[in-house]
Amino acid sequence: MDQFIAWISQPWPWYVAGPMIGLTVPALLILGNKSFGISSSLRHACAACIPAGIPFFTYDWKKEMWNIMFVLGVLIGGALAGFLLSNPNEVVVAESTQAALRELGITEFGSLMPSEIFNWSNLFTLKGLFFFVIGGFLVGFGTRYAGGCTSGHAIMGISNLQLPSVIATIAFMLGGFTMTHLLLPYIMRIVGL
Amino acid sequence: MTVKLKAIEKSGSTPVQCEAPNMQKADKKDGLLKYLIVGVLFGIIFVKAEIISWFRIQEMFRLDSFFMYGVIGSAILVGIISIQAIKRFDIKTISGERIQIGNKEFRKGQVIGGFIFGLGWAITGACPGPLFAQIGSGFTVVAVTLLSAVAGTWVYGRFADKLPN
Repeated sequence: MDQFIAWISQPWPWYVAGPMIGLTVPALLILGNKSFGISSSLRHACAACIPAGIPFFTYDWKKEMWNIMFVLGVLIGGALAGFLLSNPNEVVVAESTQAALRELGITEFGSLMPSEIFNWSNLFTLKGLFFFVIGGFLVGFGTRYAGGCTSGHAIMGISNLQLPSVIATIAFMLGGFTMTHLLLPYIMRIVGL
Repeated sequence: MTVKLKAIEKSGSTPVQCEAPNMQKADKKDGLLKYLIVGVLFGIIFVKAEIISWFRIQEMFRLDSFFMYGVIGSAILVGIISIQAIKRFDIKTISGERIQIGNKEFRKGQVIGGFIFGLGWAITGACPGPLFAQIGSGFTVVAVTLLSAVAGTWVYGRFADKLPN
């Protein structure tokens, strides 16, 4: 049993995680004819809590409860893995990424998220404004504008051989490269790490 | 209780007094529970493979690691094979329904919105799925990011008809 716990506590390799994520596609289809997609849950949250008479949010969100249950499950799964199966060792980050991030002022690489940025004490600082508030807003606004995120377009859409999803995925990547290489250095300078 | 009554109203003329409330409740809960379970497994994979890590996303955008490309690529490969198999063998849902997958139409939003999402992805280190798993795994401040993402979705919905698409 101890050995099993030790084995399962290791970080899982991509060729285990990727195919398992891929299997979510047929699992949801076979369980209930549901197309895999996560960002829709944000829309359902709007429709349920603050529809404000906006046509985009005026629909029977209760029919989409499965999606809310799914993301609730992701949260619970995150907690189970984070607390019960957590990796006792430090996260291994590529040397070249570490070097680039050190130049931007990040010094701690041990945990899953840079603890210098992602903690509550930064909430009302410029770090909080950029990394939580603006970052989150771009994710929510962008995914809905694009009609899906990494799950709905990159995985579900491309799995169904949809050209628009390939285009969307290329746009996601271009946005990410632009932020990482062109904008992040300036943002880090502004927030002062 | 009100939800149950509404469900009965919708389903037709089942008289309230003759219903079997326990069974019906169990049925309904079961119906949604399976999605919760798939979600739990999904969340575990996210954390255990460190896909929720801000550093993994940085490695991806800096082309310093094959890891995320391997994850997404192999997920797509399994997805393609699965959907082809479902279509080829006309596999039905567990309740016997024919599986239907909507086609996506090209819109400008996929480029503009996709780019905007990409900008956010590289700052938060998370697409919407990992946001939930990050919160669960103890980075509770990400709840602020999630709320902001809901706000972003709302603002898109509010101005959707005024944006190029």
